[in-house]
Amino acid sequence: MKQFWKAMLKSPSGVIGLIILLLAISVAVFGPMLFPNSPWRMVQRPFLPPFTLSTVPLGTDALGRDVFAGMIFGARVSLLVGLVSTLVALVVGVPIGAMAGYFGGKVDDALMRFTEFFQTIPSFALAIVLVAILQPSIYSIVASIAVVSWPPVARLVRGEVLSLRTREYVQAAVVTGQSNSWIILREILPNALSPVIVLASLMVATAILLESSLAFLGLGDPNLISWGYMVGAGRTVIRQAWWITVFPGVAILISVLGLNLIGEGLNDALNPRLSREGR
Amino acid sequence: MLSFVAQRIVKGVIVLLAIVVLNFFLIRLAPGDPAIVMAGEAGASDQVFVKQLREKFGLDKPLPEQLFIYVKGVATLDLGFSFRQQAPVAKLIGERLPATLLLTLTAFAISLALGILFGTFAARFAGTFLDTGITVFALIFYAMPIFWVALMGILLFSVTMDWLPSFGYETVGANLTGLAHAVDVAKHLIMPAMTLGLFFMATYTRMTRASMLEVKRLDFVKTARAKGLSDAVIQRRHVLRNALLPVVTLAGVHSGTLIGGAVITETVFAWPGIGRLMYDALLQRDYNLLLGVFVICSAMVLIFNLITDLVYRLVDPRIEYAT
Repeated sequence: MKQFWKAMLKSPSGVIGLIILLLAISVAVFGPMLFPNSPWRMVQRPFLPPFTLSTVPLGTDALGRDVFAGMIFGARVSLLVGLVSTLVALVVGVPIGAMAGYFGGKVDDALMRFTEFFQTIPSFALAIVLVAILQPSIYSIVASIAVVSWPPVARLVRGEVLSLRTREYVQAAVVTGQSNSWIILREILPNALSPVIVLASLMVATAILLESSLAFLGLGDPNLISWGYMVGAGRTVIRQAWWITVFPGVAILISVLGLNLIGEGLNDALNPRLSREGR
Repeated sequence: MLSFVAQRIVKGVIVLLAIVVLNFFLIRLAPGDPAIVMAGEAGASDQVFVKQLREKFGLDKPLPEQLFIYVKGVATLDLGFSFRQQAPVAKLIGERLPATLLLTLTAFAISLALGILFGTFAARFAGTFLDTGITVFALIFYAMPIFWVALMGILLFSVTMDWLPSFGYETVGANLTGLAHAVDVAKHLIMPAMTLGLFFMATYTRMTRASMLEVKRLDFVKTARAKGLSDAVIQRRHVLRNALLPVVTLAGVHSGTLIGGAVITETVFAWPGIGRLMYDALLQRDYNLLLGVFVICSAMVLIFNLITDLVYRLVDPRIEYAT
């Protein structure tokens, strides 16, 4: 663990990514406490340009709502949806991949056909259809993002398990009569974890992009403000008020960039052999 | 080779069938009466239309029979009727398909060409300032949401500089013909295609760079060098050709994302393709149309995947067509 942090802190992209993520998390957690302005409330005249009033530093939108407050509250939605949908995708993908890789044969065939099927369906289109049919809410959004993002996890885990299954220590566990689930959970999965962690960090980034795109199209949770919704709402007035679309977009860009950098840093730290090859 | 193509087509048809079945269950996943869901918010109050739907899809019959009726309909390209647009779904999609193909294929070509170019440069000058610059740019474009890139493009090139039109497929009311019309469409195409292409360009740049650096260290490259081939020849003929294999695979995997990006891009630029149609269907809760577009998008992805598979086989020197 100590070694891992050391390696992580050696990678410049990992450090920058961690700083960005910590910042984003603290904004999401503490921001709303420091900024009690509700993002839905009218606080000033509409279309107030940014940097004119210190109380509304980033200006107001078409309804006089505080853009800065929206960005702070939006951080919660983005990070929450990103993390939870990734967790759900892992909960679905890891067991499927592990079973396919461990049992092989017909189980593997069936599970992999199933996975490939989900991978062929255009993911964003499926997410749109799912959220539209289930009605937009934070639950349906998380569920549909998870539905479209688990297949790569299953495929990755399957590959890892497939190569670990033939290792001697796993064979030894089989010989000593351990149950299948014990072998998968205690012997194989812990050793297959590092590439999964790297993938998961990138998945959070993709999930944030997906959520913002859904919200942009009007498929966000109607009770929660999110960055994608703000950009979507500002779109029609972009000629008069650039700031309504520019700032939330920058917030998405920075968070996604941070998570991608963390993914790279994790990759450097967890698979040192691979990262050296990259140079 | 031929049997391989046949095999893949059969596989594709099976997947498509599965998607149609999924579609069937999706309609029933929505809360409420499927006939009313299919009619959409606009048609639900029209009793005659709802009754027609109920009869057509046999909604009072057992589920397996309903499924059969539905699949048969889709197989004969009957994707239902859009109450809101007062037209068959298949016809609506057919009219919009060419615009989407023009957009996605242009974006694909741009992203692949630029991505390979930049990736090759970055790998060639690995560790230098140029490499860092390209890598940082790729990282940033990779993290930008497509809808935001589109809006920033409009802000920069339409609102501020007034260089390019910000919406539509052609200048309305200009009635241009021949070359002038083509130029007009191209002008309208630049921004949507670049927007859609940039994200994928970033992906291909990263992939090409990583893949080239990996291939460079392999033994056959050393052999080529030992033979006294020039660096340029080695880079082009030996390294690039092998390094492109994962890029081709990635292009296939990404075709679904490309379609998803087209929905966003077409929405922002009012590009009259099926992505925009999907957005309209979404706004009006026109589920029949929405699911119809979804099936066609999936079919497009399947076809695209088939093509990339074939290209892979053509590019990869290690695969033979004996099977």
